[in-house]
Amino acid sequence: MDLLKQPFPWYLSGPLISITLLLLILVGKRFGMSSNLRTMCTVLGADKTCDFFCFDWRAQRWNLFVTLGVLIGGFIAVTYLSGGNAPAININVIKELNTLGFKSAGTSYLPLELFGEGVFSSVKGILILLIGGVLVGFGARYAGGCTSGHAIAGLSNLQLPSLIAVIGFFIGGLIMVHLIFPLIF
Amino acid sequence: MKNSVYLLIGIFFGIVLLKSEAASWFRIYEMFHFKAFHMYGIIGSALVLGIVFIQLIKRYNIKTFDGAQISFDDKKKSIPRYLIGGIIFGLGWALAGACPGPMFVLLGAGFFPIIIVIIGAMLGTWCYGLLKNKLPH
Repeated sequence: MDLLKQPFPWYLSGPLISITLLLLILVGKRFGMSSNLRTMCTVLGADKTCDFFCFDWRAQRWNLFVTLGVLIGGFIAVTYLSGGNAPAININVIKELNTLGFKSAGTSYLPLELFGEGVFSSVKGILILLIGGVLVGFGARYAGGCTSGHAIAGLSNLQLPSLIAVIGFFIGGLIMVHLIFPLIF
Repeated sequence: MKNSVYLLIGIFFGIVLLKSEAASWFRIYEMFHFKAFHMYGIIGSALVLGIVFIQLIKRYNIKTFDGAQISFDDKKKSIPRYLIGGIIFGLGWALAGACPGPMFVLLGAGFFPIIIVIIGAMLGTWCYGLLKNKLPH
């Protein structure tokens, strides 16, 4: 039990993610989290606005159950498995983040400057989170998948399109962190 | 398959995502600065084992728990769709520090501002649906 309270090292985490992929395949389903966003749009009535959302969302209900499970898993990990502790990130990264104004680097799981309760009263904070979300949602559907569907499931099945998408993920991430962050933080 | 099975797989995945720190904004930032092996180790080892699993399923024609045939569809060939879509996704992944799985993990973990990211992601998905036919695929 004590071992479960430690952060999972990469060589445990990675294989456990592959086991998730395997389990979903063995129950006859596919590993892909972002398609739930489309399903949720349909449930909320987006099918009245365009064809893309006109599909039988009930056929995707299994994935909503996976998503609900993921949410419960987050709760269990934080409540019973000390999951919300600060990651031991590189000390130089902590220093760099401190100079950028992220004082919480090295002391919390997420930057409190963006995910603390105070963000609800910060226009800049809300915009960063909202725009980040819009880009993730738009990009995932445009690319036909996200980190789970392309980087794990697609690459595991040796799909060239997934490799192109993952290269895109990294190009986008590098542009954001190295070129855009200096302008906004 | 029963919904409780999907729920349990989700719970397992959610715990792994949070405990692996793949749901931490800081880990994503660090990854894009190439300052730690952690995230590369996670994705790399998940991938190696994932390839082994899928090859074994194909080679030995392994069936689902229900005994059904498992088929893997090839993704449609294209470059612009995956590259442009991927870049847009990457921009958001680095900014919000969360991809679609971790978003829900973090909500469950009680980091409530993530709800703004989830609303954004649904808006983004909706925008894609509206613009789909005007975009190069």
